[in-house]
Amino acid sequence: MIIGQWEARLRRVVTYAAALAFGLVMIAPFAFMVSTAFKPHAYVLEIPPQLIPEQPTLDNFVRAWSSGDFGRYFFNSLFVTVLSTALSVSLAAMLGFTFARYEFPGRRVLFGALLFTMMVPGMLLLIPQFIVARDLGLINTLWGLIIVYSVMNLGLNTFLMRGVYAAMPQELFDAGSVDGAGPWRAFRSIALPLSKPGLATVAIFSWLLAWDEFTWAITILADQDLYTLPIGIRNLQVAQQTEWGLVFAASLMALAPVLVLFVVLQKQFVSGAFVGATKG
Amino acid sequence: MGTSRRYWARPWRRPSHVPVGGTTLEPLGSRLRRLLPIYGLLLPGLLLFGIWAAYPMARSFLMSFTDWRLMGESTFVGLDNYTRAVTDPAFHRALVATVGYTAVTVAGQLLLGLGAALLLNERIHGRSLLRLVYYLPVISSWVIVSLIFVWLYNGQTGVLNWLLNDVLGIIDKNVAWLAEPSTALWAIALLGIWKGVGWTMVVYLAGLQTVPEELHEAAAIDGAGTRARFRNVTLPFLRTTTTFLLVVLTIGGFSTFIPIFVMSTAATGQIGGPLNSTEVALTYTWKQAFGGGLDFAYASALSFLVAAVVALISILELRFARAQGQP
Repeated sequence: MIIGQWEARLRRVVTYAAALAFGLVMIAPFAFMVSTAFKPHAYVLEIPPQLIPEQPTLDNFVRAWSSGDFGRYFFNSLFVTVLSTALSVSLAAMLGFTFARYEFPGRRVLFGALLFTMMVPGMLLLIPQFIVARDLGLINTLWGLIIVYSVMNLGLNTFLMRGVYAAMPQELFDAGSVDGAGPWRAFRSIALPLSKPGLATVAIFSWLLAWDEFTWAITILADQDLYTLPIGIRNLQVAQQTEWGLVFAASLMALAPVLVLFVVLQKQFVSGAFVGATKG
Repeated sequence: MGTSRRYWARPWRRPSHVPVGGTTLEPLGSRLRRLLPIYGLLLPGLLLFGIWAAYPMARSFLMSFTDWRLMGESTFVGLDNYTRAVTDPAFHRALVATVGYTAVTVAGQLLLGLGAALLLNERIHGRSLLRLVYYLPVISSWVIVSLIFVWLYNGQTGVLNWLLNDVLGIIDKNVAWLAEPSTALWAIALLGIWKGVGWTMVVYLAGLQTVPEELHEAAAIDGAGTRARFRNVTLPFLRTTTTFLLVVLTIGGFSTFIPIFVMSTAATGQIGGPLNSTEVALTYTWKQAFGGGLDFAYASALSFLVAAVVALISILELRFARAQGQP
């Protein structure tokens, strides 16, 4: 028994040590980014690397925001993200609700088609989407981003919302006053208000996708004035090879809204994790 | 997920409240009046879906049998683009690199993700904080983490060189990790593992909740050690989770684009550099259409081929998992 206790204690120590070491590896790159963002330029590439800056400065943040077009990139991203999230969530809610609660000709085929695009690699769509965008005059516009971002995870979002609405008990919809009400009324006055947690999860994923999307944006945007944060930050690095303080200060400002959202809404992030595909 | 899980299993199930066969005797007028608002609810979403997903995919497929280059005429060329792809050595190299990158990142994420999940499944202090830390890379943008790693991998003053050379003495001269053809792809794969392991962990943590505590206790009473209990009690319960992860992570590995694009251009000024050593399937495909050649038809054929390869591998993985599951 004494040996058993000793073994359990050793196991605990090893567990803690491993968990901490792993945590260190995961956080270290971020720690270096933060520390570099607060360093004056001359000290950025020093050996050995100094995690705590000797002379911390906000200079990089000020310069990133004022000089260059970072402020513009930020608002472009905000504009695109807010509109595409709103569009994607409303469409997915309507689709999910209809697929979950009504029987109509074509239901299986249409839902199957939506699910199918969920599994298709993005590049397959990117090439012809570019042609459609060109035909509709949406190349090099923010609307081209907004529309395609709303479609990008429409299948996934519809699938999630369908699950939410299918789980609602039928009694809710049978209840007196709305008996015989049409689908629109049932959707707006009963289903929608009750599905807020599901909507929040879907909104978070749409938000993250639009805020971080890079491939489609770099494919259709030519005008620097229209750049979103991911392209803007990468452009900053390409243009200013060695200004890492500036690049990381900009990166931190781009990351901040996501981090705040994550810490506040951890539960929704993790509950949706199973479906958040790991596309790069 | 909870309640919606059974719909995943049987997505075609007719909702229990929908009357069966009630529609055939309905007069046309009332049927139309009933169906019209239903289609009305679907219309905006399906319209957008049709224009931006269904139609493009069909168009891309047809285009892959032509020689269209964004401008001018297009002629039907049959399977030319596909035969060209099959005999294109650059595409072969890119596919081999993609398979290598996928194998390394999938294995790394599965093993480390399972390890992290087992650690956080213990009753330790600061568990929720650690879970947050492990998950941080998952929610960070690919562009930002790629730039951080470009900085860490710097050939002269990078943190990795400092750690391996000055501190640990494992290497005796600094390495330009992203500019060296033999290391670049694997350096990027390391980022891929670091970025994704938190997600794998969360999925495994959920899988671990399905392992009944009583089974562990019963095995312990029978004298099974920690290792034996892990192999005979925990692992069998994680089989479904592992299969799911295997398929999803493989698709993710084949879809790699942003870290290659950002890191290879930052280090070598060329997408897929140095010496095409980090060229993967999707960067090669993207370059055919948007890298100057405007060869949209060939790019379409390539993307359908890659999709076919991914589908084939997924099926093989599912088959393999099913075969393993049989006693």
